[in-house]
Amino acid sequence: MLRTLLIGFLSLGIIGTAYWGYREHQEKNAILVHAENNYQRSFHDLAYKIDLLHDQIGTTLAMNSKTSLSPALAEVWRIASEAHSDVGQLPLSLLPFNKTQQFLAQIGTFSYRAAIRDLTKEPLTKQEYQTLQTLYKQASDIQNELRNVQHLVIKNNLRWMDVELALATNQRPSDNTIIDGFKTVESNVESFAETANLSPTFTSAAVQERGFIRAKGKRITADEAKKIAKSFLGLKGNEKIKVVHSGKGAEDRFYSLTIYDPKTKTETYMDVTERGGYPIWAIDNRAIHKQAISLNEATMKGMDFLKKHHFTNVELYDSTQYDNVAVLTFVTNDHGIRIYPEAIQMKIALDDGTVVGFSARDYLSSPSLHRFPKPAISLEQAREKLNPSVKVMEERQSVITNDLNQEVLCYEFLGTLGDDTYQIFINAQNGVEEKVTKMQSVERTYD
Amino acid sequence: MRWRIIICLLVICLSTYEWPMKEAHAFSDQVIQRGAVGDDVIELQARLQYIGFYKSKIDGVFGWSTYWAVRNFQSEYGLPIDGLVGASTKQKLVKVSKYYESFVKEQIRKGNSFTHYGGIPLSQQVKQQGTASSGGSATATNVPKGFSQNDIQLMANAVYGEARGEPYVGQVAVAAVILNRLEHPSFPNSVAGVIFQPGAFTAVTDGQIWLTPNETAKKAVLDAINGWDPSSGAIYYFNPDTATNGWIWSRPQIKKIGKHIFCK
Repeated sequence: MLRTLLIGFLSLGIIGTAYWGYREHQEKNAILVHAENNYQRSFHDLAYKIDLLHDQIGTTLAMNSKTSLSPALAEVWRIASEAHSDVGQLPLSLLPFNKTQQFLAQIGTFSYRAAIRDLTKEPLTKQEYQTLQTLYKQASDIQNELRNVQHLVIKNNLRWMDVELALATNQRPSDNTIIDGFKTVESNVESFAETANLSPTFTSAAVQERGFIRAKGKRITADEAKKIAKSFLGLKGNEKIKVVHSGKGAEDRFYSLTIYDPKTKTETYMDVTERGGYPIWAIDNRAIHKQAISLNEATMKGMDFLKKHHFTNVELYDSTQYDNVAVLTFVTNDHGIRIYPEAIQMKIALDDGTVVGFSARDYLSSPSLHRFPKPAISLEQAREKLNPSVKVMEERQSVITNDLNQEVLCYEFLGTLGDDTYQIFINAQNGVEEKVTKMQSVERTYD
Repeated sequence: MRWRIIICLLVICLSTYEWPMKEAHAFSDQVIQRGAVGDDVIELQARLQYIGFYKSKIDGVFGWSTYWAVRNFQSEYGLPIDGLVGASTKQKLVKVSKYYESFVKEQIRKGNSFTHYGGIPLSQQVKQQGTASSGGSATATNVPKGFSQNDIQLMANAVYGEARGEPYVGQVAVAAVILNRLEHPSFPNSVAGVIFQPGAFTAVTDGQIWLTPNETAKKAVLDAINGWDPSSGAIYYFNPDTATNGWIWSRPQIKKIGKHIFCK
């Protein structure tokens, strides 16, 4: 009797477990299929977009009329940006496949710049046509490779989830069509980047790093870096300082210092350039108590600190209070001209007004000499270029870095349109509207 | 004896009770400038609205619209036009305007949409009965240009999931890597795109991104957005003890912070 009961219970248990396991398995499969479908969609979509891209570049090449060329180039830009977003959804990031994405970003930048230009006045140059032709050929190569991978994926019923699993466990199956296929695509793009003759506007699309061109002078030692930190941060001398030299991958080498204060038990971090020993940035990570001074006093303290460390001719550009910290941005003022690329950020604690953050990265990577031709147009002429419904509130001359990564002298206007404030830069040489920014710094809270 | 206590209590009640229509004390001593937050800013906005210079929401954050209102006020009343609210500007403002503090504070507390114009009965200036009650004094907050509070929260989640055991500077560096990727042509160009790119961050893959981030992670994100980059322009980082991918070792290494090696 007891045995029958026991057997009955146990078998019930087994049946229950089996059912539970089956359900779990079903659910897991459903999720896997869902994730797989997402990858499949991105991949097939990418292949389709590259098709479109190839065709569209071809169309632009065949076009003669300037009025239809602009929309066609804009179309190239749109498709390239959509393809770029598709690549971002594929599990490729751990493999060196980012060249494809870079290629798409570059096509995008090139076509965008050509499209927004007034082609009736400034038609595409011979070199730009050549670039377009190279792009056309490259797009065709990528298209063929992708088509091939796509064909194999469909024929062999390959799954992206397997690729992801392979990546996660770092087991490279000998025949992983997807990975191998993408490798071919990748090497194609790579060879293109090396061999293609690119115009100057084209290369500037890539991230340009100028390094710390202002940091000149002899190389300093780790001990000298310590001394610089001591005087810059006003240390008392009982702190423990650890210095690490940067790796070889850094363009400009620097020292990283970790300063431990045994009294407050907090750490301050700082980087100093190897050449000349310029402080790059510093952060003091101490707890900040109740606010005792105002944002305005903090600004004065920040300004004093900069003066003390020989940053002359700086003025406050922006100040913001986050809880009990003031975040300030200072820019150089060269005889009334604001030099925006030379920005210095500072953080001041609002409890006792001490400096808890400093960053001169932008300042150090912009040239110290400013040579700009005299404005070719007057302030009045520049003002006429503005949208008449913008009410100008402030105006000055300033230097900014424009879309083409060039430093240009501009007339800057701060104006309002409705409830919003806009910052508008008009090139002082040719009157081009270089940049228009909506100044938004306040957001309502949603609590 | 009992009467005395009751009278005492009454006196205390009366003296601490703020009359609804009473005009409250004026500003503290600080010079108020753009970017400031707090009670002084609420008073400033309310007073400027009372005399019609400020038409936006009274939210306690000295933004651009408050700035222009201050400048217009200064120009109208012959004060030096600098957008700074110092002693003379405050004095003039207090003289020509009124501030019903308890009314304003109560509306803010209740989350109502309201105005504070002079010449209109206060009861007619409450437009919408809000349901939310804000604990703090301000109903808005400063955000770095181009980022919303939710973007910052999402990044804080990623930083916390990826680097909560790291020193503070390591957390700022991880946030900076996310920002560097935003600018880089090889990566998506939105915060969510970068964070959720498949395989980009282990914390996203294993779900640790959904842990609740602490204040430190949020602070680190703000520092990174405001211009601090301890990673020196890195777009990758990895933990040498757990990295399974051989390729990552081929990247030029910039520096090591905590357990992470940052590279280009």
